[in-house]
Parts: sequence; structure tokens; C-alpha cells
Amino acid sequence: MTAQADIGFHARRHARWHAGEIAFWLLALACAFAFPSRYLIMTEIVRLGLFALSIDLILGYAGIVSLGHAAFFGIGAYSAGLLALHGIINEPLLALIVAGLGAAVLGFATSFLVIRGVDLTRLMVTLGIALLLEALAERYSDITGGTDGLQGIEMQPILGLFAFDMFGRTGFFYSLAALFLLFLLARRVVHSPFGLSLRAIKNNPLRAAAIGIPVHKRLIAIYTLAAFYAGIAGALFTQTTALASLDVFAFERSADLLLVLIIGGTGYLYGGLIGAVVFRMLQELFSIITPQYWQFWIGLVLVVIVMVGRGRLHRWVLWAPNWLIARLGGRKAAVAVPETEGP
Amino acid sequence: MTAVLTNLFDGIAYGMLLFVLACGLAVTLGLMNFVNLAHGAFAMTGGYVCAVLVNQFGWPFFAALPLAFISSAVVGIVLERLLYRHLYTRSHLDQVLFSIGLVFMSVAAVDYITGSQRVFIKLPSMLEGQFDVLGVGVGRYRLLIVVICGLLTATLQLVLARTRFGSRLRAAVDDPRAASGLGINVPQVFAFTFAFGCGLAGLGGALSAEILGLDPYFPLKFMIYFLIVVTVGGSSSITGPFLASLLLGIGDVAGKYYVPKMGPFVIYTLMIVILIWRPNGLFGRTAMR
Amino acid sequence: MAAALETIGLEKHFGGLRVTRELSLKIARGARHALIGPNGAGKTTVINLLTGVLRPNGGRILLEGHEITNLPVHKRVLRGLSRTFQINQLYADLTPVETIGLAVSERLGRGGDWWRAMGSRDEVNAEIAETLSRFHLLDVMNEPTATLPYGKQRLLEIAVAIAARPRVLLLDEPAAGVPESERHDILAVVAALPRDVTVLLIEHDMDLVFSFADRISVLVNGALLTEGPPEQVAKDPQVKAVYLGEATNA
Ligand SMILES: Nc1ncnc2c1ncn2[C@@H]1O[C@H](COP(=O)(O)OP(=O)(O)OP(=O)(O)O)[C@@H](O)[C@H]1O
Ligand SMILES: [Mg+2]
Repeated sequence: MTAQADIGFHARRHARWHAGEIAFWLLALACAFAFPSRYLIMTEIVRLGLFALSIDLILGYAGIVSLGHAAFFGIGAYSAGLLALHGIINEPLLALIVAGLGAAVLGFATSFLVIRGVDLTRLMVTLGIALLLEALAERYSDITGGTDGLQGIEMQPILGLFAFDMFGRTGFFYSLAALFLLFLLARRVVHSPFGLSLRAIKNNPLRAAAIGIPVHKRLIAIYTLAAFYAGIAGALFTQTTALASLDVFAFERSADLLLVLIIGGTGYLYGGLIGAVVFRMLQELFSIITPQYWQFWIGLVLVVIVMVGRGRLHRWVLWAPNWLIARLGGRKAAVAVPETEGP
Repeated sequence: MTAVLTNLFDGIAYGMLLFVLACGLAVTLGLMNFVNLAHGAFAMTGGYVCAVLVNQFGWPFFAALPLAFISSAVVGIVLERLLYRHLYTRSHLDQVLFSIGLVFMSVAAVDYITGSQRVFIKLPSMLEGQFDVLGVGVGRYRLLIVVICGLLTATLQLVLARTRFGSRLRAAVDDPRAASGLGINVPQVFAFTFAFGCGLAGLGGALSAEILGLDPYFPLKFMIYFLIVVTVGGSSSITGPFLASLLLGIGDVAGKYYVPKMGPFVIYTLMIVILIWRPNGLFGRTAMR
Repeated sequence: MAAALETIGLEKHFGGLRVTRELSLKIARGARHALIGPNGAGKTTVINLLTGVLRPNGGRILLEGHEITNLPVHKRVLRGLSRTFQINQLYADLTPVETIGLAVSERLGRGGDWWRAMGSRDEVNAEIAETLSRFHLLDVMNEPTATLPYGKQRLLEIAVAIAARPRVLLLDEPAAGVPESERHDILAVVAALPRDVTVLLIEHDMDLVFSFADRISVLVNGALLTEGPPEQVAKDPQVKAVYLGEATNA
């Protein structure tokens, strides 16, 4: 190998598909056929995974902390709901894209407020925007249905072919397909020079600018893309549940989202997806113990994760797979610690 | 006209209350740069302690107030020693996650123990009703709040500006390493300050049950208000947060009265505009990094 | 021909502190110019002003005759102005391949590519390979930067700046903190810079300064004390006075 080809090989190291990743998606597909009675909950997980993927793009890659990501989820949810309710766009797939774009527009517009300033300003501004939208939705309850939410949404068949069924089968496959496609896109993006420049900005904005990276432009771009993803997640929510109410904007939704991502680990794309599965299972478990007060346990999980240390926790969890891979493959482990490098 | 003045007075009382509630956060967030979203939980603790003492054990209101302070301060110091102090140097994301976790836990725990309905603290009859000052209706209870909070603020200002503890705190915050080089016990100063801030929040929680309403969701509902006070006020002195509290209080009361449906909208918009326009707060420099 | 880099009456204040005072510097094309001065003289501040990290309170900056006073940092880099930092500013989680790859991609206008994977362009790869081997970084190219020994990190710091192919390069104490045994690598790299690159070097090691520079500016308390060829500056009584008692640095 020439040095140049060698460099190409190493630079593309993370961009190549690994066996573990393929296994992950096969497993996801297998679940669809293995648990036909659990479509609804699996749809929820897929949607949450997509939402978490969205925040991973800005938090895990670009280092933007947001306390108000539900703003985009909510916009997507209401857009999809209103489009269907008033028969503006009846085809769900098209409506999904339009709803996502709506969220992206909001993301773009607010990105200018968010990218400036330090963590604290970002926290406040993102939180403020979500609260603002919630207040607006409440104010204009004639449009949004207020606390009752949008009533009587009826979804048409996807592409005129696949009708939503009461078992949630169509909804699930629809959501899974959306997740997979958007995941492919995200994967492409994060392994490109653009994606790498985001990690550079997160690591050291001073140096990033000093090698000619237009820091603000890049942050605006990724924030807008993440808003698009969150909008799609929100639209999927409305389309698969035929619901949209004020709580799509709620602070708890943004906060839970952070937990989902943190459980799975940031900065390697699968964190949000794995986190969504674990989070949903934890939620089920906690609801069994104390039906009304599961939030207590969610809070406890957050505190414990932080106290133990996120990095350390993931090293512990990944110790077993790493060990296995090292044994079986007789090579250096490929399942890396999230946050420093991808799998 | 008198309605305007009454509203103004209510706004001032509300603002002063906010200040007492949030000034602990002005130190942890503004000076120590620790993003503590759980500050409201300490206020709630004080509020509930006061409510239980007064309503169930029949304590006089004024006797229960110091207990509200003490209980929150004790909870504060225990948590600071056990948990918070390990996180001072951690990333903001960690601090956010941790404190949200605490909020969730406190909300669910209080809900579990007392139920989710709003709690009222039985006030002594001398505090009920209004009296007229030149035709302006002044609520007795609100007057009490203005007096208590005003005294607290003045004392606080004196302590910070004039006493040895004040200068130690400033030194410890400015440069912890240099401060410990000067023989200042920095962890102790931080712990004490943290506990004192929690105590004040607890006292504020007890005082505010009547006005802000006290229920398990208190820490979530008012989180943004506390954050606004600190970030908009800045933290170079306590005057900034104090003025920000007053503005917020007056603005919120007026907003609810005159544009009832747009109230929160106006406040959030203003907050965002101010943060963009003056990232270090309206009234000076924050230690934001 | 316009100077490579020129400042006119540059001013910078930090609160009441005047850190740069009416500084007018002219750095000729292809020059090996050194900026020296005692600790806290304001040398790093000058570099920060030149590169746009700090905004001056007054005065102008010209790069090859063009006004750049108000350009953002990254645009100055694209115009051919690059720097190293006195204290390493690297990407802790990224590897040398990625670090250099980014700098090269940005320079070639490929930094915004969001569809093609990093490493899929031959012209970029060739330059990464060339840079890494020139800076003896091939053996550690896949290690996260944070895990590299300090000497290697310092080399990477300089490599990144040079990967931007600057026409004007600002070096802020390139050998600072590097153990004696590894200094040689760094100095050799600095000495081997192509002649058509204009270099402004900040350095406390006077042997290095006098062997490297063809012109020296002396900065004291933010103001220019004197400027001239090395022999003249070495003889200058004012300079001697300033450096008296600075024996550890001089
Ligand atoms: N961001 C800042 N805020 C306030 N003062 C600053 C700031 N940056 C630098 N200074 C002050 O400006 C003066 C000049 O600093 P500078 O780093 O430019 O000096 P220097 O000549 O590079 O010193 P050294 O040889 O130690 O690197 C110092 O007194 C320093 O304390
Ligand atoms: Mg310097």
C-alpha cells in the first residue's frame, strides 16, 4: 500500500460498516417479526431513538447542550397533525417531510440565537424557545386545541397503499424505515469532513477557527439538520398515534431525551438508539414498581450515571463485549468507548 | 391609577420573593459557575416543612419560618458534601443531568408523600387582608414579604461587601487555588455558601406558598424564573440579580393582569433578547465561561 | 510591493490595562522576523490580534496590502495567515490523521463536504501523508491526540498550522515546554520552512532567535522598543537594559 492509500484507509476507518452495526440492524428487523404483539411500544422506541439521534448530532458531535429540543419535536408533531386534520397534505410521507422541513426552518431561525455564547446561554435560550412555543400553543388554543390537543386526526394510507392499522404494524415499519434512512444520512454526514469538523469544533473551537473552519456556519448547518430530524420524530409521533397536545413541547420531554442519549452514550450515533431501548425498558420496569412515581427512578438513574461518571459507566458496560471481541477476533477490540471514538 | 400602584406593589413583593428564592443560585450558578437546575427543590423543601409544621403540628407561622430555613440548609449541606462538591469541576452537561435528576426525584418524592394538590399554609389572621395607604390597596402579607426580603437583601449585601467571610467567598470564587494558598478553606466556604443559599431558598419557599403556590411541581415551574434572575441579573454583585428579580416580578404581575394570555410569552421573549444582546446579563459581568 | 503583514497603530486594552500600544509593525515578504520581549510584554496578544482571536480597540491590520482588521478568524486563514499557539490547541479526541486531514480539507475548500467520507479524496490523502511524514507523526497517526507524548503534540501543533499552507506563519514559542532531547526535531522543522513563507517567530531562546531571524522587533509593555537587524538589536543598550536580570530567559 502506498502511504496515500494507507492514509485513505485509516481516515475511512470509522466510515466503514462494521459487523456489529449490521448485526444491530438485523436484530432491529428481527424484533419486528419476533414480537408482532408489541408494535406500539416498538414504534415508540423507534421514534424516541430518532429523536435521540437528533440531539446526538448537536450534543455528541458539535457539543451544543440543549434543554429545549422538544421545541422541534413539537413543531413537527403539530405540523403533521394540522396538515392531516385540515386535509392540506393527505399523503403521510409527504406530510412527514413537510413537517420535518417546518422544524428545520425553525431550527435555522433559532440557530443564530443558540450558537452564540457559552453553555449557560445556550441552555437558557433553548429552554426559553421551547417554553415560548408551549406558551404560544396554549395561547392559540383555537388552532392547537390547547390542553386537549388536536382532536380527530385521521391518517390516510401511506403512498395511498399502506393503511395504518390498529395493531400499529404499518406505523412501526413506517417509523423504522424513516429511522433507518435518516440514520444512513446521519452516518454519512458524521464521517464526512463536515462531520469531522463538528467534532473539531466541539473539541477546540479556537483551533477549529484557526485552521479555517467557519465555526458558526457549521454549527448552524448541524443545528438545522438536527431540528429536521427532531421534527420528523415529532411528526411520526402524531402520525402513528393520531395525537398532538401541548406536552409535545414539555421540558420533561427535552430532559428525558438527554437521559436517553446519555444512557446509550454520545457521539457514535447508536447511543440514542440503544438508549431509547434501555430507557423504555426502564420506564416499564419502574412503572411496575411504582406506577405513578416512575419519574423518581428516572431521576435516580440520572444522578447515578453522573456520579459514577459517564465515561466510566460505558467502559464497564462495554468491558464484556470488548473482551469477547478481543478473544474471538484475536485483534484489538472494535467496540470503542463512546465519546472518544465510534464503534 | 390605584390599580396600577397596587399591581406595582404586588410586583415588587413578588420580585423580592423571587430574589430571596434565587439569590443562592446567583452564587452557585453566577459565581461558582455550577448549573444547578435543582435550586427550586430546596425552596420546595422549606415550603413543605413550613406547611407541615403549621398545618399539622399547629406551630405559629413565624416560628416555622426559621425551621424552613434550617431544614433546607441542612438538606443543602448534606447534598453538597455527598454529591455536589464532586461535580464543581465537571462539564455543564453533567451538572445539568445531575440536577435534573434531583428535580425529578424531588418532584416524585413529594408527590408520593403529600399528593399532587396545592398546599396552603395557614397564615395568622393578622396577615390577612389589605389596608389602604392613600387609597392604594396594600396586602398585609405582601407588605410583610417586602419587609422581610428587604431586610435580608440589605443584610446580605453588607455581609458580602463588608465582612471577612464576604471577601473570602469572593477570593475563593475568583481563584480557588490562589485562595487556598492564602489559607482560605475553600471547600468549607463553598459548602457554607451553598447551604446558606439553600436555606434562603427554603425560607423563600415557605413565604411564597401563599403567592406562587406550593405543589410538587414547584421546582420545575419556577426553574426558568430562577435562571432568569441569575443570568439576566449577572453576578458581579447581588444588586444585579436583585434588580432583575424586581423587573421580573413587576413584569410578570403586570403581564398577568394586563395581557393575561401573553404574559409568559413576553417574559421568555425578553429573556432571550436580553441574553443575546447582553450575554453577561443586564447588570454586569457574570463568571460564565 | 506591500509588506506581507503590517499593523498600523494597533491598540488593545483589557479593562484599564493597555496591553498593545500604538504598535506599528511591518513584516517584509519572505522575512524571518522575530518578536521578542520579556514575559507579559504582550507578544501573544499581538498574535491574537493579527489572527482575529482578539479584536483591537484601535488601529489596522493589513495582510499583503489588504485590510483584514475586521475579518473573522477563519477567513484570515483562507487568506494565507496561520499560527501556532503558545499552549497547544489541539483536538483531544481526534487523531493526527483527522487533525491534519481537516486542515487540508478546509484549505482545499472540501471542508464543507458532507456526503463523501473523509479519506476518499486522493489529493487530500496525499497531503496528509506528506505532512505526517515530514513531522514524524506517521507512527502515531491513529492515536487520539490526548494520548500522544508532549513532544509529538507540539509537532502536531506546528504541523496543523503548516498544513494550512500559509504565506505568513506566526509561531508563538514553538519549542516551549519541549524537553531538550526533542527540541531538535522542532527547530529543524522551523528551519526547514520554505523560504517564500514569511515567518514571525516569538521566542525566548536568544540563541535560536539570533540564528533564525533576519530582523528583530523588541516589545516592552505592549509598545515597540526598537527594531532592526540582529546585530543592531544585540548592541542596543535599551534592549540590554530590558533583558538585564532576565538572564534565565535571555
Ligand atoms: N484575556 C485577557 N484578559 C486580561 N488580561 C490579559 C488577557 N490576555 C493577556 N492579558 C494580559 O496582557 C499582558 C500581555 O500578555 P501576553 O500573553 O500577550 O504576554 P506575552 O508577551 O505573550 O508573555 P509570555 O512571554 O509570558 O508568553 C499580560 O499582562 C496578561 O496578563
Ligand atoms: Mg505569550
